[in-house]
Amino acid sequence: MKIAVTEVEYVAHLARLALDEEEKVGFTRQLNDILTHMDRLSRLDTEGVPPTYHAIDMKNVFRADQTRTWLSRAEALANAPDQENGCVKVPRVVEE
Amino acid sequence: MANGYRIVIGLEVHVELRTNTKIFCSCANRFGAEPNTQVCPICMGMPGTLPVLNKKALEYAIKAGLALNCNIASFSKFDRKNYFYPDLPKGYQVSQFDLPIAHGGWINITGEDGQPKRIGITRLHLEEDAGKLLHEGTDAFSSLVDYNRAGVPLIEIVSEPDLRSPEEARQYLTELRNILRYTGVSDVKMEEGSLRCDCNISLNPVTTDQYGTLVEVKNLNSFRAVQRALEYEVERQAALLDSGCQVKRETRSWDDSAGVTRSMRSKEKAHDYRYFPEPDLVPVAVDQAWVETIRQDLPELPEAKRKRFMQDLGLPPYDAEVLTASQELAAFFEECLAVYDDAKTVSNWVMGELLGYLNQEGLDITASPVAPKQLGELLQLIADGTISGKIAKQVFVQVCQTGKDPQTIVAEQGLRQISDSSQLEGIIAEVLAAHPQVAEDFRSGKEKALGFLVGQVMKATRGQANPQLVNELLRKKLQ
Ligand SMILES: [Zn+2]
Repeated sequence: MKIAVTEVEYVAHLARLALDEEEKVGFTRQLNDILTHMDRLSRLDTEGVPPTYHAIDMKNVFRADQTRTWLSRAEALANAPDQENGCVKVPRVVEE
Repeated sequence: MANGYRIVIGLEVHVELRTNTKIFCSCANRFGAEPNTQVCPICMGMPGTLPVLNKKALEYAIKAGLALNCNIASFSKFDRKNYFYPDLPKGYQVSQFDLPIAHGGWINITGEDGQPKRIGITRLHLEEDAGKLLHEGTDAFSSLVDYNRAGVPLIEIVSEPDLRSPEEARQYLTELRNILRYTGVSDVKMEEGSLRCDCNISLNPVTTDQYGTLVEVKNLNSFRAVQRALEYEVERQAALLDSGCQVKRETRSWDDSAGVTRSMRSKEKAHDYRYFPEPDLVPVAVDQAWVETIRQDLPELPEAKRKRFMQDLGLPPYDAEVLTASQELAAFFEECLAVYDDAKTVSNWVMGELLGYLNQEGLDITASPVAPKQLGELLQLIADGTISGKIAKQVFVQVCQTGKDPQTIVAEQGLRQISDSSQLEGIIAEVLAAHPQVAEDFRSGKEKALGFLVGQVMKATRGQANPQLVNELLRKKLQ
């Protein structure tokens, strides 16, 4: 076992996921399976093989620095759970 | 202030790039618009949208990197920095983790000992800014979010822990701001948030090389706040260590009005950002030829300009530093120098009269009511004896107020210096008649008495008499 249930709980907390006991156990098993597979891959000789940084073999896709208007404010806020004064209204985050 | 301790400071500076559009979408990048009027599905984090890198933002990051003597990476990529905060619509910030666009640079400051000191720059990377939380909602339980700033291109510049005092930190920040302002990639205004600074500071006993416990200080809204917050931290940490306590590793927030830093409990657990490569953006492989083109495009930077002002023009270091604080001020000085070729005199007038007037009126050099040519001409009028230095100061203020050329003001108001002895002799006779005792004092050896008499003649001519000539004539008369 590479990771324990406590680590799954920690990552779930960071990702704001609420998992029940059954899911925690399930994910712990699945994540360990994945890591075991990674270990197997690590045994391959990759000497001289450049690392893959992206799944598709492309680079340098750029956009010109030109403005374009997409949304009206009403459209931009249409999906917001709550709004006020043209802003998205959220529960206050206390930072002190 | 912290005897027996070595102070170690590193700065993380975020700078907004002055592009037309945001980093990954076509929304306008402009400060001060109505909330949520510069947003689109990409920067609002709508599912299914795809970001595309703004080439200008990349160019500016490279330009800043070159100006800071960094190496530009030939291969670079973007990563997701995951954390939950309402100013971040996607739940992650697109940033760069292990392959930043630039690394390994430096800038020079003047160290505590007055010698040049090189401060290393670890890395410079591109990332997107977050939205802005406004806390003035109608109830105490809500915050309002404006996403206009979400997706504005930022560069983060991380220094090496090379700074040894709050004063060095202030200098580093000033030099960094000046360099970036010269390159034109940002307007670097701390009050508008286009330059933001977080500090890392630790203290350790001078008897060891081991770094002390690091404290991060945030919420610094001015250069002065940076220096004050660091000075406060030095005192606080030194006091803790003196009394045998440990410094806690934490993030603290600067309270400017109270003049203290306070622990920020909410940030404790968030430091695990679970970075991973951003699958929606392809890597960047910068072409060296392009980098060279950008390098060619760099203006003369503050340090080079300062050196030139000192070595070629013979200015003292202080003058060179003041005059090169901005490109516009340096250009004003040089344009003025093209008209009147005496660097120190021009420098004195630019730093004294001109900056004094601009300061008093709250104007930037770019809004100077006096043109460099006008100041040069005014200095010529002094040099050729047309007006005295004293009158010139009055004329200067009038040029500022009316925009008229100095020659015009001098002619219109008859301010031409009286350099004709026949015009002065009558006045001198009157002054001597009115102050016989002072005249006698001078004759009996009191050299100081002459100054009073010169003053009286200047007063009688409303400052227009050539003081040197008055001096000569008085001496002759009193022989
Ligand atoms: Zn957008």
